[in-house]
Amino acid sequence: MERTHYKQEINMTETLMSRINELISHYPEDKRKSALLPVLHEVQDAHENWLSYELMDKVAEILHILPVEVYEVVTFYTMYNTKPVGKYMFEFCQTSPCCLKGTEDLMDYTCEKLGVKVGETTADGLFEVRGVECLGACGYAPMMQLGDFYKEHLTEDKIDQLITDCRDNKIILHDK
Amino acid sequence: MSRKILLDKINVPGIKTYEVYRKEGGYASVEKAMKAMTPDEVVEEVKKSGLRGRGGAGFPAGMKWSFIDKKSGKPRHLVCNADESEPGTFKDRYLMEFIPHLLIEGMITSSFALGANLSYIYIRGEYMWVYKILEKAIAEAKAAGWLGKNILGTGYDLELYVHCGAGAYICGEETALIESLEGKRGNPRIKPPFPAVSGLWANPTVVNNVETIASVPWIVNNSGDEYAAIGIGRSTGTKLISASGHVKNPGVYEIELGLSVYEFMNSDEYLGGMSSDRPLKALVPGGSSVPILPADLIYKTANGEDRLMTYESLSDGGFATGSMLGSGGFIVYNDTSCIVRNTWNFSRFYHHESCGQCTPCREGTGWLEKVLWRIENGQGREEDIDLLWSIQSKIEGNTICPLGDAASWPVAAAIRHFRDEFEYHVRFPEKIKNRNHFVEEPFAQVKHLVTKQTV
Amino acid sequence: MKVTIDGQEIEVEAGTTILQAARMIGGESVPPAMCYYSKLKGSGGKCRCCLVEVAKGSDADPRPMPKLMASCVTGCMDGMEVNSKQSDRVREARQSVTEFLLINHPLDCPVCDQAGECDLQDLSFEHGKSKTRFIEEKRTFEPEDIGPNIQLHMNRCILCQRCVQVADQLTDNRVHGVMDRGDHANISTCISKAIDNEFSGNMIDVCPVGALTDKTFRFKSRVWFNKPYNAHRECTTPGCCGKTTVWMFGDEIQRVTGRKDVYHEVEEFICNSCRFEHKDPSDWVIEGPREFDKDSVINQNNYTQKLDTVHIATEEGILKGREQDRKKISMPAIPLDKEQEEIFKKGNL
Repeated sequence: MERTHYKQEINMTETLMSRINELISHYPEDKRKSALLPVLHEVQDAHENWLSYELMDKVAEILHILPVEVYEVVTFYTMYNTKPVGKYMFEFCQTSPCCLKGTEDLMDYTCEKLGVKVGETTADGLFEVRGVECLGACGYAPMMQLGDFYKEHLTEDKIDQLITDCRDNKIILHDK
Repeated sequence: MSRKILLDKINVPGIKTYEVYRKEGGYASVEKAMKAMTPDEVVEEVKKSGLRGRGGAGFPAGMKWSFIDKKSGKPRHLVCNADESEPGTFKDRYLMEFIPHLLIEGMITSSFALGANLSYIYIRGEYMWVYKILEKAIAEAKAAGWLGKNILGTGYDLELYVHCGAGAYICGEETALIESLEGKRGNPRIKPPFPAVSGLWANPTVVNNVETIASVPWIVNNSGDEYAAIGIGRSTGTKLISASGHVKNPGVYEIELGLSVYEFMNSDEYLGGMSSDRPLKALVPGGSSVPILPADLIYKTANGEDRLMTYESLSDGGFATGSMLGSGGFIVYNDTSCIVRNTWNFSRFYHHESCGQCTPCREGTGWLEKVLWRIENGQGREEDIDLLWSIQSKIEGNTICPLGDAASWPVAAAIRHFRDEFEYHVRFPEKIKNRNHFVEEPFAQVKHLVTKQTV
Repeated sequence: MKVTIDGQEIEVEAGTTILQAARMIGGESVPPAMCYYSKLKGSGGKCRCCLVEVAKGSDADPRPMPKLMASCVTGCMDGMEVNSKQSDRVREARQSVTEFLLINHPLDCPVCDQAGECDLQDLSFEHGKSKTRFIEEKRTFEPEDIGPNIQLHMNRCILCQRCVQVADQLTDNRVHGVMDRGDHANISTCISKAIDNEFSGNMIDVCPVGALTDKTFRFKSRVWFNKPYNAHRECTTPGCCGKTTVWMFGDEIQRVTGRKDVYHEVEEFICNSCRFEHKDPSDWVIEGPREFDKDSVINQNNYTQKLDTVHIATEEGILKGREQDRKKISMPAIPLDKEQEEIFKKGNL
């Protein structure tokens, strides 16, 4: 399947590289490939939450593997994005235990509020609403993932508050 | 109050930190194991305890440990499976988030027992903040000398790292987890060879669930026999149950195996009954993969005995009238929930999570979802119910890994126990247009429409 | 070690799989295999077509195995008893797998170049049903161009992953692989790179279906209209044996492939130069007609079989077609005598 190509500015900072090297050191020397998943997380977090093919090639080079091995992995796992995404991604868990607690209604509410459909990004590139599968917080439903964190026991008011906080830049996405 | 083994200290302020954990008697099992016991003795204690794998399959942990290939001389690994993704299950996260050192302690003791010098905790990528908590805890443990070279002067070396996944339920299957840990796609491997012989990097490997490993310190500190004294029959010890759905107090509870389902559901110590006055309709006792139970089979088994929270009692009656303890994901449904919609939702989940490697699962899960979606949206045909039954029976048992079975069982059980609801969906499409159709008009009120009548 | 498959006993060496043992016996009991390929390491276990029932584990542990086992990856044990075609359970499982393989597979055999030599066609001929129960829309993929020689038609792919293993094991820089997951898993380079390694053409030969076909042969002929001949040439590509099957239509070589055995596996891999660039009969030393052992569409008019004469009373000879066409299509006698060889080189027989 041919895929659309998106351009991305690659910036492998020193902090990023030292973290990558630390991750690689967690595995035996001849098993650098094992570090692929954690490294991709770090690289993606440092590049606006998505990975271009150029960036994946870069990761392949660092880990001494073929680019296609990185593509295979990136497309398999749902947490890696291969195209630009909204800065604040509201990833609602939409598996049954959460649905029992009204996730579907809450997703409709959020979509309406932001003026997007599920899977779309707002025009300003700030928000994206997604439905994802079980996040392991069934008892605290309805809930969503925002960056590295979970927002649980959601209500319409809490969603409003979150949207305001995001707009005001008060939300921390990654704990680095 | 029942006995707590894992969550005993959970309310101690600051138990997350090394200092408090240590002050509360933490890491004693490491000292005891390394100074007073041989690795084989530790394995023996775990065997005696009857501890069964808490990830879902319930395979005796001690037995699994004894299979590890020590003769080949290859390095051995212990991998902790923290890729908790079974819908309805969120117990491991609770344990790791609030008492991380318990898992680290368990990892060290267990690695010592297995003779592993390099061990990993594979955590799902979504639990990123827990990943950070574990990394911090490992750093603390290492600084205190519990990890690294020559631990406690015994000459035993151990390195422990956390590895994060990136969103794939299938990586909870042990061989897929190993593949993923090797930096590959999470495709389950064909067994044999089993990981105990050829696992991570073709070395002998044991993969255990978080809860299993976290139970080891207590077993070592006390004894296998003492652990085995808790519970009933082959269901020994305590189990974490994650409760969700329409109950008053959802959350994670530690129970002694053998507690009755009725007490767990209704006592104030645990779930405190239903969340509203709507009646109980169904229960999934062990995570989405296990068969759903209708109201009349929840508190009593088919032959009228009390249903208990044990591996045996929950599966009493086989799949015809029983279910499984599985991973302990306890999902409760009241009469506003639609079983067809719920089954479709689970099928969508398995369709989404199938790795796509083997034919029956790759093609079958998608087919199941599509047919269920049609029925749920009023486009079902009468023959679709039998079609669903046929598809699930063709997936089950014919796949590489248990995901195929996990996708089949919920569909089979839903049809087995709630066939009339499927028929209602097919015959009265206009009544189910709204996705909350059973909120205003629960199925009990319209059941007569699809009941067979003899004139 | 002694193994019994469908009541037939055979002595095998340790490490032999059930499928290999069945192939040694041959005949009806050989399970079909869509993903296993004896020449590729790590192949097998995925398609689930070769499931068999192990009625007795071994002499040491006679318990039957509860699940059906993939015969291509299950090793034989001494005293093992296996039911293949004999077992209803096995036949049912194979029918199920066939149905699963076909629900999303386009039924475009009339325009597919693989038709006639397609393993899926053979499989559905034996285990398929003529009716489908799948009323949903079939899954489709965006087309991708993977270079001038190989046509990738992802909709037909059954994800046996043989082509990925070919690239891994025969070439150094694999550029394609399995992307995405579940029923949307697909073979792709992701960034539309041409797959241009010297041995990449073998992907076509190992592909059991029409997902990878030869662009230089595309839509030229139905395979059963071609006459296959064993041929060889002095190939200078390192690692290439130069031994091929050339597929001729008249005096034209329309296609070159590896030599495939009874299980549709090539005997030796060949290079792209032999496969794509040498289509002139003078490039090759023709050894003689290629025999087919396996019964399938492709050898229905083969000389090795005695054909029943079909008599249709309506119009005498209508099925026979024109005299000049029949000459091209039917097989010559073997071996060719000197005179015939001369004629052959010049053109029609």
